[in-house]
Amino acid sequence: MPVSIQHGRSANHTLRIVCPNGHLGFAPIKTGSFQIGCHCEPDLICADSGSCDVGPVPLGADISSSPLQWQVDDLETMLLASRRLGVPMIVGSAGDTGTNSRVDLFVGIIRDLANKHGLSRFRVGYFYSEVSKDALRRRIVDRDTVMGLDGRPPLDLATLDATERIVAVAGIHPYIKLLNEGADVIIGGRSSDCAIFAAPAIRQGFPKALAYFYGKVLECASFCAEPYGAKESVLGEITIDDVKVTALLPEQRCTIASVAGHAMYERANPFYEYFLGGHIDMSQCHYEQYDERTVRVTGPRYVPASELRVKLEGAGKIGERYVGIVGVRDPYTIANIDLVTAWARRQVVERFGDGGYELHFTIYGRNAILGDNEPLRTTPAHELGIVVQGVAPTKAMAEEVCIIATRQMFYARLPQVKGTAGSVAFLLDEVMPASPAYRWTLNHTMRLDDPLELFPTFICEAGV
Amino acid sequence: MTARRKLSEVAKTIRSKNAGVDKITFDVIFPDRAAYDRVRESAVLSRAAVCRIFAIDAEQISDHVEFDPALAIKFTIYRRMPSGSPGDADIFGSQQYGPLLDIEVPGV
Repeated sequence: MPVSIQHGRSANHTLRIVCPNGHLGFAPIKTGSFQIGCHCEPDLICADSGSCDVGPVPLGADISSSPLQWQVDDLETMLLASRRLGVPMIVGSAGDTGTNSRVDLFVGIIRDLANKHGLSRFRVGYFYSEVSKDALRRRIVDRDTVMGLDGRPPLDLATLDATERIVAVAGIHPYIKLLNEGADVIIGGRSSDCAIFAAPAIRQGFPKALAYFYGKVLECASFCAEPYGAKESVLGEITIDDVKVTALLPEQRCTIASVAGHAMYERANPFYEYFLGGHIDMSQCHYEQYDERTVRVTGPRYVPASELRVKLEGAGKIGERYVGIVGVRDPYTIANIDLVTAWARRQVVERFGDGGYELHFTIYGRNAILGDNEPLRTTPAHELGIVVQGVAPTKAMAEEVCIIATRQMFYARLPQVKGTAGSVAFLLDEVMPASPAYRWTLNHTMRLDDPLELFPTFICEAGV
Repeated sequence: MTARRKLSEVAKTIRSKNAGVDKITFDVIFPDRAAYDRVRESAVLSRAAVCRIFAIDAEQISDHVEFDPALAIKFTIYRRMPSGSPGDADIFGSQQYGPLLDIEVPGV
């Protein structure tokens, strides 16, 4: 077997990237394997920091779902290594959502860290990804259809009006532009996970098919290794002929099964990966064990898009939200729980009418998690936990919707019930304020003339 | 050859996860070719079987593929509502695989 790529380059012309974290800030980098990676001659250190997995609230409310201190810690780990080694660092989809405020936050953190550690001056490149509602309104008016993905209809004005904030998903283009302008650190707005890794590889002339696959395989860090263990670093190497990926934690390996298994993670279809400008077809990929902990992949194909269309993500506010928690132990009440929630809902309707608010009962112990798809929904557990959510335009109304529904479950009138002192058990005799409720209003695509037109780039300096 | 085992005993990995905001994707990964082939041939994870298990119509399955390099059967369904909408109790889609664990696989 060849010597591990961990201990040296496998060819003359390579580009090596260490990825320390599949979602920077969301859970802390494990620094042991990252330090091993720093000894493996990386040419760049790259990590994605965003995902639409966190739901619509962070984008809608323009907040992070990751704690600030974790974001600072991860950026500090990457920045100090990047400056010490003299290699660029790239972070994409800053602060979970990649909105402008999250990019500014990360750029500010980088500058503060540079001052704190007295780092020599370096160039910070960044770009924005937000799209204004006015720009989309013009598209709709001009009949330049903003097409829906995953079965959604084209964007209409009502849906746009109900939207709070929109980001477009950038491709490799702003990253390449900023690298060309000499950025040492790049903080990206919302972008495709694979673009962060593909951009430097394509810029250096590696084949697009391999470069995008390189990004695909590296973007979740140790999720492509086994045994399972998140937030560990992995090392990738691209040549003109292949992509190699190796696990850096001594207890982990990249295997054909783990790397191929990762190729299908979080995507509807394991054979295609889409991004601004095209997609790669992975159906002819060949996976082989290169050394004990490294997998070599060949055979992805790059298919350019016939029309440039950018993906849009948008979230809209539904209302303020309160949450109540209710328990049930009486088997008769459990068997008739739908009558109990119907009773509670009727009391809300008597107070507020049929509309203008939302009321949700999530019934743990029966079918909270799968809803109508739950095969065991007719055989509930011996006790139920019911989470009541009231959503309304104002906090006061949301609280009242929620507390009526929660408390009225206590007074539900079931004909045969033995326990007449209260139909449910309270964990707290109160309802609690929660984050406002949002929903994904946009999962669409929009035509572009220029892959950079929505992604303005900037350069500033940091350090002393 | 009427022995039956549960899918949780036959598969190496059984998981579910969001695929974007409107879909949930399921991966069932096998430890070896024999187990992979046997489950494929048994059709206990066919499109029709998936529809039965989750009480959904065929149109609600967006993708259903057999992925040889990973020895995996993978299918993707549309969500009942976009992830994280009020009332959705699985923002990441990460616990939807529960009903797959006890599927009985014949002849293993």
